[in-house]
Amino acid sequence: MKNVAESGLLQPKPGIPILSPDELETPPLSLGQLTWRRFRRHRMAIFGSVTLFLIIIYAFGGMLVFSEADANRTDTGNALQPPSREHPYGTDTIGRDILARTIYGGQISIIIGLTAMVMEVILGVSIGSIAGFFGGKIDSFLMRMTEAMLIIPQIFLLLVIARIWAQSIPNLKLMGRTFSGSVLVIVFVIGITSWPYLARIVRAQFLSVKENDYILAARATGTSTRDIIIRHILPNSSAPIIVSATLSVAAAITLEAYISFLGLGVRPPTATWGNMLEGAYNYIETAWWLWFFPGMLIALTVLSINFLGDGLRDALDPHSRAA
Amino acid sequence: MTRYIIRRLLQAIPLLLIISIILFFLMQNMGDPLATMGGRKVTKPEDRLRLARQLGLDKPGCVQYVYWLIGNDWTKPIGEIPEPNAGIFTPIIQCLDPRNYIDSENPGVRKGVLRGDWGISLVNRQPVTKVIGERLGNTLLLMVTAETVIILGALLIGIYSALHQYTAIDNIITATTFILYSMPVFFFALLAMYLFSVNFRRWGLPYLPTVGMFEPGAGQTPSQVAWHMILPVATLSFGFIAGYSRYIRSTMLETLGQDYVRTAKAKGLPHPEVIYIHALKNAALPIVTLVALDLPFLLGGAIVTERIFGWPGMGRLFLDHVSRTDTAVVMGIMMMIAVAVIVFQIIADVTYAWLDPRIRYK
Repeated sequence: MKNVAESGLLQPKPGIPILSPDELETPPLSLGQLTWRRFRRHRMAIFGSVTLFLIIIYAFGGMLVFSEADANRTDTGNALQPPSREHPYGTDTIGRDILARTIYGGQISIIIGLTAMVMEVILGVSIGSIAGFFGGKIDSFLMRMTEAMLIIPQIFLLLVIARIWAQSIPNLKLMGRTFSGSVLVIVFVIGITSWPYLARIVRAQFLSVKENDYILAARATGTSTRDIIIRHILPNSSAPIIVSATLSVAAAITLEAYISFLGLGVRPPTATWGNMLEGAYNYIETAWWLWFFPGMLIALTVLSINFLGDGLRDALDPHSRAA
Repeated sequence: MTRYIIRRLLQAIPLLLIISIILFFLMQNMGDPLATMGGRKVTKPEDRLRLARQLGLDKPGCVQYVYWLIGNDWTKPIGEIPEPNAGIFTPIIQCLDPRNYIDSENPGVRKGVLRGDWGISLVNRQPVTKVIGERLGNTLLLMVTAETVIILGALLIGIYSALHQYTAIDNIITATTFILYSMPVFFFALLAMYLFSVNFRRWGLPYLPTVGMFEPGAGQTPSQVAWHMILPVATLSFGFIAGYSRYIRSTMLETLGQDYVRTAKAKGLPHPEVIYIHALKNAALPIVTLVALDLPFLLGGAIVTERIFGWPGMGRLFLDHVSRTDTAVVMGIMMMIAVAVIVFQIIADVTYAWLDPRIRYK
């Protein structure tokens, strides 16, 4: 920078931004590189990504240290032990090791967050794009449904729907582990109640993107409707979808925790961060470690995902190129 | 404007109908209300049958919905209706058959929601309006206080950090609001309880109560209730204060850069007048919309808050009655919330137009 300025190539004039040498000499950056560059400068987003990475290592790497049997072994003689060398996070009401349970619970919580997000994205993107692209009667019907869903607070809907299937799905065996069938119920319930926000965002994007000239050009060259939606409009509306999908992972993890906390969530033996908190407020005076560790992990995960989403929003938005 | 309001209200009617249909059919599948009726088990099959008939639970779902909506006092016994044998289509055929709607062995007394009869709670045989009415006041008290705290707190923090942009305190506020914004309600509640009740008591400081609305010994005096409200209100409002104060900070910064603020400063108006009259009035406008749109979230937060702090409000009522499949009460609560949310959205739009003369609705 200094050399270039001295050589007279770039006289610093007030008010005119100076390009750094690499911006002058390197070929133009691709969209991905630009995005990464803007993301990198977002300090909170980097902090969020690193923390999230550590949490994922904690939840999935912890499998190597503790077996699932450790997480589910009850030892009533050792119930409600405060944190000690043997049990760094203490033990719960029936003597299970909380550290091991936060590891296995974390896996389930993260998986619930991700799968619920996938479901939400599939539903939200398809409903939003159909409504936005076709307009007319389909649009007004779908949007009335969306509005109806938005008016009832999500947690109320969740509780009612979770109750429908609360006990009805048997345990699943997968990769040598037993999962409570309620995990599926929770994923499904969160997925089908979360899509309205995304559908609205996607619809708004479609309404504006479909007016562009390149869509007209695509139509003129005989591109099929399916290709116009999937290859032309969707990629150009991806930024808000990615951001909202990221944030909805955090929302799904929190929602799982809410319903489990209220006693309608994932059933034992499967641990989640949420159901470890169930009934913990009865021990608020006697056993703080019961709720502190899972609660802290939820808060930390949600915080870092929110930071990540915030960074992605800034990085993916072409209007904030200066940042 | 009047026409606009009328149109919005008319649009709300089909919306409420859709909502009520969705909810009613969700409730239908929620489980057997007879299984846990009033806490006792109905074991004999003939008792079950009699009870189901008495409560109208033997009818197809759509008939139950119609009775819920417009009542069944117009029905009369018309004798045996053969059950169609159509496999999975049986419920649909039953729904389409008008005889199923007219027939009722004992002419009903229900008037239906449209005539103001919300039905009888299965749990305690009280009218739904009475059951909800007993709890409504408590929830409203919590909500109104929380909303006041949210708006005042967000305005104070937002204005302060906008006026002191990029100072150390602004940065601390930014970091704190980010953390609070991401913190789940229950975790905040548990932390607050642990610090302000458990540990304050341990340290011999004046400590806050954790559950209920008042000490049983002291009775329900205003000071008792206020004292018991501190933690629930803080729990309900912290996340919203964090979110709104960020919002106000950014709108405030934007407004402070406007020409009219420069003009106000240039003509020598006192500093507070420029900030509070010229800038704030414009910056705080969007919060009207924000408050109305976030009402569902506030209500959602209330469920968790009321459960943790044992506050006898509608959230706890909802949880109790959902777990017993009490359709009438749960429907009542949900529909009330739906109406409240829609009305608030209309009020917000109207207020916004009234406050901002640039907006005109037709």
